[in-house]
Amino acid sequence: MQRRDFLKLAAAPVATLGAAANAQANGHVVVIGGGFGGATAAKYLREFSPKTKITLIEPNGTFISCPLSNRVLYGGMSLRELTRSYDRLVARYGIEWVRGLVDGVDTDKRIVSVGQTKIGYDRLIVSPGVEFVYDKLDGMQSAAAQNKIVHAWKAGEQTRQLRAQLVDLKAGGVVAMHIPKVPYRCPPGPYERASLIAHYLSLAKPGAKLVVYDANPEIQAKKDLFNKAWASRYKGIIEYVPNADIKLVDAAKGVIDMDVHGVVKADVWNVIPPQRAGSIARKIGLLKPAENWCGVDFLTYESLMVKGVHVVGDAIAGSPGMAKSAHMANQEAKVCAAAVAAVLTGEAPSVNPIIANTCYSFVSQAAVIHVATVFKYNAATKRMVAVPGSGGLSSEASLAEGIFAMSWANNILNDTLG
Amino acid sequence: MIPRSRFRTRLLGGLGGVVLAAASGALHAAPSAGDVRLWAASCAACHGTHGKAEGAGLTLAGKPANELYGSLIAYKTGTKAATVMHQHAKGYADEELRALADHFSKIK
Repeated sequence: MQRRDFLKLAAAPVATLGAAANAQANGHVVVIGGGFGGATAAKYLREFSPKTKITLIEPNGTFISCPLSNRVLYGGMSLRELTRSYDRLVARYGIEWVRGLVDGVDTDKRIVSVGQTKIGYDRLIVSPGVEFVYDKLDGMQSAAAQNKIVHAWKAGEQTRQLRAQLVDLKAGGVVAMHIPKVPYRCPPGPYERASLIAHYLSLAKPGAKLVVYDANPEIQAKKDLFNKAWASRYKGIIEYVPNADIKLVDAAKGVIDMDVHGVVKADVWNVIPPQRAGSIARKIGLLKPAENWCGVDFLTYESLMVKGVHVVGDAIAGSPGMAKSAHMANQEAKVCAAAVAAVLTGEAPSVNPIIANTCYSFVSQAAVIHVATVFKYNAATKRMVAVPGSGGLSSEASLAEGIFAMSWANNILNDTLG
Repeated sequence: MIPRSRFRTRLLGGLGGVVLAAASGALHAAPSAGDVRLWAASCAACHGTHGKAEGAGLTLAGKPANELYGSLIAYKTGTKAATVMHQHAKGYADEELRALADHFSKIK
């Protein structure tokens, strides 16, 4: 959308319940989803627009961090350490929290429905994360199958379950993972998980093995660093199989028919399903029929499909290199919040955003590797582009980066949740 | 597209009192206060909201501007060793780093 359309929209009176009540006070913004994207958007909107009324709609009572959750699998952290309350965000930043699931949005009248509650908005920010797609995973569609072969790709109860399955593994047992084709949430995450499961097996399960089936042709992030870590630390424990697709799952028997290996039996399976934008995105028209991710304007994160609705986080179709990560969601949310704050007061959004990604992965309980990228907006292509010469990878896994990784997690959680 | 100059004027009007960074180079005008605030928000993911971090010596708020700028330039040119900051610093023009250093130095 053109910048001048923004001004027009901002200037036009918008008749909604929330707007009518708050027309004098820089309007009402509703945020759907309290993850890294949505919580950051709500907090920074308050930073940038002190008088705006902000409502956050999030069903979960607490926030559980996906970053670091692979450390739970080998016993290095507890889920409790990764769980934070929304209380500070709500109290310190004056945010109204509606604990519920959105049933629908009337994007013409600008009204969100949560059960019987109707909430009007001037601007809507949607941060729905990902939903898992089991349609093409034959044998995995039932609740029983999904309860036996867990994804553990949203930190929570399934993380605990996968940890328990690993603890119960017999000596000499076999663990197997399947990684879906990109794009999925957290590109290096599956390889970090493989490293930490192998770390656990090396300590606690003599003779046990981990087979990593990857639907992709190669490791999708930090490839050389992961390969080096696996060769030096987990030789004989990790077997990596690229270009591996699932044909049929028999969850009850722990058997999966793989197109590369035929029928494979494992004592513990971890299947990370293919993903797409959280279901509310399609429900309110943010996706074209064949699309899985929401197109946005990278200066404002306004949807390319529906005016007045902005999308941040894993659910967007990012520019090349913009990973679906907590860090990127945090960064996108700030640009979005600043743009929404500008629009509500009739200003033009910044045309010079600079955002970055910093992503740490544990390759053992203490050694860590990273990838970093700095992005600037390219007005010609209307995309975020990695600044040439910036960014890069760790030279090698190190304990120093282990300390920085823990510090990163603590600070980004503080920055996101107040 | 709104001309940058107009955009800058508006933002400055709306944010009177925010002190602008001095431009370090003659070629570029000083970045707008709104832009600098948004760039600084990016840093906050690791360095804490308003540059106030917990642990590991990452706090930026209130440090002398020349010290911050000197470190950033040293990271950028490779004269100061780092695990990751050299890679971030290379993503910014010198005057952008100067503006960020000034911004964080003024936070109490």
